[in-house]
Amino acid sequence: MSIFHFINAFFSDGSHWHGYDGIPTRIMEHLQYSFMALGIAAGIALPVGLITGHTGRGGNALALIATAARALPSFGLLVLMFFWLGIGLTPVMIPLVALAVPPILVTTYEAVRTVDPSPVDAARGMGMGPAAVLFQVELPVALPLILSGLRSAAIQVVSTAAIAAYVSLGGLGRYVIDGLYQRNYEIVVGGATLIAGLALAMIALFWLVERLVVSPGVRRGR
Amino acid sequence: MSGGAGFFDIPSDLQHTYLGLIGEHLKEALIPVAGGLALSLPIAQLCVRFRWLYPPVLWVTTVLYAIPSIAFFVFLIDYTGATETTVMIPLTVYSLVVLVPAIVDGVRSVPQETLAAAEAMGFTSMQRYLRVELPIAVPAIFAGLRVATVSSISLVSVGSLIGNEGALGNLLSDAHVFHRSNLAVTSVVTTAVLAIVIDALLIGIRMLLTPWLPRGSRSARRASVDAVTGPAPEEARPLEEAAR
Amino acid sequence: MRERSHRTGPGNPARRGPRPVTGRNIGGLNSPRNGLRARAAQADSRHVRKGIRALIRIESVTKRYPDGTVAVDRLSLEIPDGSVTVLVGPSGCGKTTTLRMINRMVELSEGRILLDGADITRQPVNTLRRSMGYVIQNAGLFQHRTIVDNIATVPRMLGWDRGRARTRAMDLMERVGLDAGLAKRYPYQLSGGQQQRVGVARALAADPPVLLMDEPFSAVDPIVRKTLQAELLRIQEELGKTIVFVTHDIDEAIRLGDMVAVMRTGGKLAQFAPPDELLSAPADEFVEDFLGAGRGVRRLSFFTSAGLELTTDPVVAVDASAAQIAERATDDVPYLLVTDADGRPLGWARAKDAVGGEGLDAAQLLSHGRPFEFGRDSLRDALDCAVLSPTGWAVAVDGDGRVVGVASQETIAGAIRDAHAERKGSADRKAAAGAPGGPGATGARRTAR
Ligand SMILES: Nc1ncnc2c1ncn2[C@@H]1O[C@H](COP(=O)(O)OP(=O)(O)OP(=O)(O)O)[C@@H](O)[C@H]1O
Ligand SMILES: [Mg+2]
Repeated sequence: MSIFHFINAFFSDGSHWHGYDGIPTRIMEHLQYSFMALGIAAGIALPVGLITGHTGRGGNALALIATAARALPSFGLLVLMFFWLGIGLTPVMIPLVALAVPPILVTTYEAVRTVDPSPVDAARGMGMGPAAVLFQVELPVALPLILSGLRSAAIQVVSTAAIAAYVSLGGLGRYVIDGLYQRNYEIVVGGATLIAGLALAMIALFWLVERLVVSPGVRRGR
Repeated sequence: MSGGAGFFDIPSDLQHTYLGLIGEHLKEALIPVAGGLALSLPIAQLCVRFRWLYPPVLWVTTVLYAIPSIAFFVFLIDYTGATETTVMIPLTVYSLVVLVPAIVDGVRSVPQETLAAAEAMGFTSMQRYLRVELPIAVPAIFAGLRVATVSSISLVSVGSLIGNEGALGNLLSDAHVFHRSNLAVTSVVTTAVLAIVIDALLIGIRMLLTPWLPRGSRSARRASVDAVTGPAPEEARPLEEAAR
Repeated sequence: MRERSHRTGPGNPARRGPRPVTGRNIGGLNSPRNGLRARAAQADSRHVRKGIRALIRIESVTKRYPDGTVAVDRLSLEIPDGSVTVLVGPSGCGKTTTLRMINRMVELSEGRILLDGADITRQPVNTLRRSMGYVIQNAGLFQHRTIVDNIATVPRMLGWDRGRARTRAMDLMERVGLDAGLAKRYPYQLSGGQQQRVGVARALAADPPVLLMDEPFSAVDPIVRKTLQAELLRIQEELGKTIVFVTHDIDEAIRLGDMVAVMRTGGKLAQFAPPDELLSAPADEFVEDFLGAGRGVRRLSFFTSAGLELTTDPVVAVDASAAQIAERATDDVPYLLVTDADGRPLGWARAKDAVGGEGLDAAQLLSHGRPFEFGRDSLRDALDCAVLSPTGWAVAVDGDGRVVGVASQETIAGAIRDAHAERKGSADRKAAAGAPGGPGATGARRTAR
């Protein structure tokens, strides 16, 4: 039997579509964890990356932090946080945020730092203050790279949020963990498919966001 | 039944000593990276040679990269069972996915004049690839290797979910089962230290291989960004053009 | 060929449509030595500098970078109002540093800079910068903004509403010779030359009295550069800005500058003089070397052809009768310049062949070469025409291309001698009177653009 058979069976089972263990509920939970973690990570990494990139200083410290954060195993961190903090959102958020910060931080820093210096020089020469230079000149040009960092973080967070189920939380990981425990392969594969689908949806989402927020003058000639 | 309760008292169900687990972990993490590198070199070369090939390859890698590890493992159980192989195949794919764009961009970043000069000196295309393009692409390749290795080391642990194939990750399941948080600490700390050590080792090798580069050079850092963002079909190229 | 494009006047009709009458350059308009006329020209322009005098006075300024490099060393310069001052010198001599100290992109270490009598540090730095247009080498356009929005940047910062800023931007696009159809494009959709025009328009947008330009044209090809230079001069005639222009190209400096400051490595001033004076009397060997060869010939650009004695003796219309031809073809006249019915030159005919033949055969004429515009082009252009002409005679035409006469190489040489003598005389008188101003003897400033 191929996995396609399992996938088909999973999705055609009507009972999978309602209730607290229904697909819509689980997707919403999964998105909630993902976006929350992504939001927190962006809230930390974007300002830090923008400011360090703008001033061009602290790049090495930043690379070090990012390297260290990347070395943390998300799954292990989750289990550890579960031991220390018990059941709840916090133990899930910590590994997810730790996962999402490095890509956002490094790309934002690098994106802003490598912006063509001549428009920046022109902007300063025209009398723009530092904030105006950052937000009106550097950011719009750095945006595609920053978005790629966010997207990469989003994909990893969506994938990793699945393991939240291991510490008794919801989300699409529930199907995989429960299915593995019950040796119900159909549910396992169905859940995995949904997670993969969600990650792909993230790519589509970011593609769309980029279309909307990145100036055609920057997107040009891709 | 689980012996003592110290950080390094490994429950007997894992059938490994602490060092044994480390060895196992490294094997499961590094073989895929090596395999990924071996596969990505020819693929990247094809993408460099036939430019039209690169966009579709990038799209495929982007999609593959988006498949969560746990989903990937699960899909494979049906074919390869709950074995090490099941863990190592996805990790190989992820490595591949990180390395191909890193190598392609690295090789493409070799200045046209350099290539022309090599050709003028009478290098065959193979010699040119091995002696000019690859060495210049080394920083980019290593940036990719670092990301692939570190994430591979982290992801092996997830293998414990599909039945004790997670090496050091298995300590996490045991921590859960036996309510021994110190096992989780051991697992996390050991994994993180492994990742950092291997990462540092890679940096060291890169520096040995590229004595001509200043430490912490720009191109190396730039490459690390490409590696962090993973494959990206339409990233940052205008930026680079604009920078010229 | 290079000489040809050198003399392409301001305004290339092919690019810009009809030239405004005020754009017509009759020499010396904004020369500092020609202050009165410069003022008058400014009064004509719609965008007069709102009564602000933009004299920039650099007083014994030194710039020492944190690493110890002394980029500018006790430099003093008085940048005249409403004219183009060019800073020129070898790479690394501190031109950019000097320029950027004026808008405080670089803070000076010692000395002071006065703008209109007031120390530039007395006003907030961004206010200062908004009162100075700034143009840099690669234009530095904002790639995420359309052309109009790029140009409207400073007006928007100054709080103009969007509509007014855009209208202003569209005006400026026309002024710098950009097609209105480009307004909605993004910078990457423009050629390098067009981008540079946008850069100039953007700097002019809020009508600042001062324009700082750092090698604005050095990234474009020589032909485009010539056009841009000519257009800058045209715009300058209309607007009368105080322009500080940095370049490392001495020819550009001579072409554009009312005053040229030659700097030497180490940030020292080697000479500060009008270009004509620079060419005729370089202060020292360094300046002489920097000016390069051919100073004498290049200096002829500053003498007008207006005083040249022309003769119309050899000029005949193509439909002239045999008798008319015979009358013209005297012993002194070996060649006849044949014109069409409207008086435009067709070519040279050998006098001997023409006499006794059956009229003139337009197909058998020698090329007349490129004529010079009498009174508008310089003696250098006239000499060039004569040298290139197969007969050794230069053809002078009026603004419509009709022949007004011809001049031999000897005539031109005589005019050059006279011009030199007269210029020297006036310089002597000037020195005697101690007066800084007064129009040049032959008053042909800039006819060579
Ligand atoms: N930020 C800086 N820190 C230290 N030294 C500097 C800095 N900027 C410029 N310099 C030095 O100051 C000197 C003058 O530089 P500047 O940029 O003004 O030269 P320039 O005349 O504009 O040259 P170019 O024609 O090459 O543009 C040079 O020796 C340069 O190396
Ligand atoms: Mg400079």
